[in-house]
Parts: sequence; C-alpha cells; structure tokens
Amino acid sequence: MSAWLALLALALGGPLLLALLARRDGRFWQIATPLAFGVLILLAWQIVCQGFGVPPILLPAPSAVARAIARNLPMLGADFVQTVLRSVVPGWLIGCGAGLAAAIALDRSAFLRRGVLPLGSLVSAMPIVGIAPIMVMWFGFDWQSKAAMVVVMTFFPMLVNATAGLAGTGAMERDLMVSYGASYRQTLWKLRLPTALPFIFNALKLNSTLALIGAIVAEFFGTPIVGMGFRISTQVARMNLDVVWAEITLAAVVGSASFAALALIERAVTFWHPSFRT
Amino acid sequence: MRHHVLPVVVVLAAVVVLWYAAAVWLNYDTAQNLADDGASRWDIVAATMQQDRPLLPAPHQIAGELIDSTLFRPLASPKSLLYHAGVTAAAAALGFGFALVLGVLLAVGIVHVRTLDRSLMLWIIASQTVPVLAIAPMVVVVLGNIGLTGTLPKALIAGYLSFFPITTGMVTGLRAPDPMQRDLMRTYCANGVQVFTRLRWPASMAFLFPSLKVAATLSLVGAIVAELPTGAQAGLGARLLTGSYYGQTLQIWAALFAAAILALLAVAVIDLAQRALVRRRGGRL
Repeated sequence: MSAWLALLALALGGPLLLALLARRDGRFWQIATPLAFGVLILLAWQIVCQGFGVPPILLPAPSAVARAIARNLPMLGADFVQTVLRSVVPGWLIGCGAGLAAAIALDRSAFLRRGVLPLGSLVSAMPIVGIAPIMVMWFGFDWQSKAAMVVVMTFFPMLVNATAGLAGTGAMERDLMVSYGASYRQTLWKLRLPTALPFIFNALKLNSTLALIGAIVAEFFGTPIVGMGFRISTQVARMNLDVVWAEITLAAVVGSASFAALALIERAVTFWHPSFRT
Repeated sequence: MRHHVLPVVVVLAAVVVLWYAAAVWLNYDTAQNLADDGASRWDIVAATMQQDRPLLPAPHQIAGELIDSTLFRPLASPKSLLYHAGVTAAAAALGFGFALVLGVLLAVGIVHVRTLDRSLMLWIIASQTVPVLAIAPMVVVVLGNIGLTGTLPKALIAGYLSFFPITTGMVTGLRAPDPMQRDLMRTYCANGVQVFTRLRWPASMAFLFPSLKVAATLSLVGAIVAELPTGAQAGLGARLLTGSYYGQTLQIWAALFAAAILALLAVAVIDLAQRALVRRRGGRL
C-alpha cells in the first residue's frame, strides 16, 4: 500500500519538479534537469523493486546493484583491464588509425574512391558483430581476437566518415591553397584534415561505443575466465543478476565517459567550427 | 550511376582475388597435413579450396553452401537457411516496428514539450553509449523467466537498439522548418495541429528515411545478437553459435552472408517506400 502511495507521489511530483527545473535557463539548470530525471527513475525503480517484492532474479534493486559493485570491485577491475584496456583500446586505436590512413590513401585516386566507398557503406550496413566467432577461431580465446574484432568494427565507419570529411573542402578554398603554391602535403595538413576533423570525431565517438560492443560480444564466443562479456554470460546463467547489472553499470560508465572525453577533446580541437561558436 | 559501375566491379574483383589468396594461405597447413605424401604443391593448393572445415572458406564454397542450404532443403526444416533467416527477420521487423512507433512518439514529445526536451535528450544519447548488446543476453533470459519467449524478447532488443537513430533523425526533421516558414503558417492562422501536419511532419520525411535505413540494419544486428545467449534453436544468431561450437565455418559464413543479404533487402524496401513517397509528392522529399 505504502509502495503505491510512494509511486503515486513520484508520478505526480516528478513531472512537476522537472517542469519547474526545465523553465530555468542557464548552464547549471540544463545539467540539473536531466540529472533530476535520472534520480527520479532510480527512485521509481527502487520503490517498485522493494515495495512490490520483485524477485532479484528478475530485476535487482539499484541498492542491490550498488552493493554488488562495492563487493566485487577487484573482479570488476580485472574485467575492466581485460576487456577495455587489453581489447578495446588497442583495437579502437588500430581500427580508427587504419581507417583514417585508408581514407587519406583513397583520397588520391578518384577511381579507387568511387569503387571502395559504395562497398564500404555496404559493409557498414552489415551485421559485423557476426564475424565474432570467426575472429575467435583465428586469433584464439585471449584478448587478441577481441582486439581484431574491434579493428574490423571500427575500420569502416572511420573510412566512410573520413572520406566524406576529406571531400568536404570547397573549390574556393582549394584554389586559394593552389594560389599559395601549397604542396599536396601542406594542403592536406593545413586545409583538408582540419575540415575533416568534425567528421573524424563523429566516427571516433561512434566507434567508441561500437568497440565496446564488439569486444563484449566477441567474449560470448569464448574467453579466458575474465572479461566483461564472459562475466555477463556466466553470471546470467547463475542468475546473479546483481553482478550482471554491476557489469552493465561499468560498461555504461566506460561508454559514457569515453564519449564525453572525446566530445571535450573535439571541442578543444575544433573550437573554430560553427557548431561550437556562440 | 554508370560512373560508379566500373570502379565497383574492379574493386569487387580485387576483393575476390585477395580472398582466394587468403584462403590458400590460411588453409595451406591443414591441407598439407591431410594430403598424401606424393601430392604436388598444386594438389595441395587445390585442396585448400575444398575442405569441409576450412579456416577461411573460398568464395565459391560459401556461395555453394548458401545455394545448397536455401534452395535444396525443405523450407520448414532446421537445415534450411531460409527458415533461420525468416525467424531472425520476423524478430527484426517487429523490433523495427516498435522502434518506429517509440522513436516518432519520443521525437514529437521532445519537439513540443520543453520539459521532455530538457530531461530526456541527454538520456537518449546516454542510452546509446551503453553497449546495449551487452544487456541482450540478460533481457532474453529475464523475459524467459516470466514466460516471454520466442520472437518478443528479441524484438524488444532490436527495438531498443534501433529507436535512437529514428528519434534523433525525427527531432532534427521536425525542427527543420525555419522561422520564416513557421511565420508563414502563423499568418495563415494555422493552429498547432495544422502546423504539425502541414509543415513539420512533411519536412521531417527527408530526415526520417536515412534514419530508417540505419535503424533497419541495427534492428537486424539486435535480433541476431539476441539469439546468441539462450542457445536459441532457430535464427541466424543460433546458426552462428552452433557453427562456432562445432567448427562449421561454412555454416558461419553462410549465416553471415544471409544476414548481409537481409540487411540489403531491408534497405532496398525502405528505399522503395521513399521513392513511392517522392513520386506522390511530385519528385521531392
């Protein structure tokens, strides 16, 4: 009964609070409103789990997840090292680097570009996660196969985006560079790469999520006994959903933090871009 | 269009040639071990393209497996790839439907209600930085516990994965009309509903269709990954999983190509719908 009342209070008071917050202007309130929304959702989740006695094998309460995180910190740390530091980061760096290099190489030949680009967007449209079992077969159970998976997943989005970015310079600007007597290298470095930066950052941000997904899904197909994907699949089988949610929280934090970090770097590097000028 | 045909054909041919070379290179060791003592080098090279469980199947083997498992098996048998593709496509299509409804509703809400705009948008973006596919196994297992099995859990994952591009595309699209056009509607004395149906909705279509194409492939990926964890018996994801357990590489590659073909078909259907709409509107989206 009290759970119904609490939920009712939340359903009435929550939107009211949000509406009040949303009417304020300024940077602080723009961040406070979504944060308040998140807190309200967590509250509702906790009330539902506790008040209606939802069995923890269906949905553990946020407090149970927090306890699971506190209890398993060393294990989460080991999984983080295995999945993020060993698989995702090297794979993401190699995949994005190779994609960018390929885009710059393709850029010199219009023929190759016309041939590769449709195929590149075709491959980006394919469910690439499906090659995970093949990567595990080729590169073994350890992090190498996951990193290889991440390389394949991140290569094509970067190729397609960077090519679009490199093609984005106007004829006037290129004419200006020619009239300066600039070499190919100078034009690339001073004009075309900076113009392509928003596209490249777009691909970097997209790829940061894709890379995490790729590594975790590849771990479903076989791993040493550590890693976020391994932990999720084994703990689901044992019905320890609080540990699974702890891993999901870790994945969400890693995903959001890398996205936010890239967005900050983008702001600092492409401060001149119209979308950031105020 | 013809401008593009020759380069694409050349690059495709190069990919196929490289593929054969890679197949010979990767399969050479196993072929050598299996070959008779007196076998010449060319015999071994020929053998690399005919193994049952090659490390990398040659393109013609994949094509053969695809044709064999689609055309020459009864449609209802679990050996037919068409049956598995159908199971996955049904889940993906249902999920795509969910995503379309949810995505458009969210976008309409976000554009019209300031509170929703302020509080939801950040979480919608954050929801995509979470590796959604990582939750897929858990969602399937949990929904299985409360009696929901089969297509629906997979469709839910496919929908969660694919609503994002639709929402963001529609938000951009519904906001696309500039102040001049909105002022014009105001001078016509149009009310809110009319502004929505006559100006915002038509303007958003140019943004909706590219988002739909992205969403269609995402929902397919979601459906396939959702089939992995439960040891599902049917679907392309299940084919991938059993193929990887038993080392049936041909089966894995055939399932992969089937998934790619499904994705292309989905994009083609959306493209047809887009063309139909363009024609109805007199040649403009």
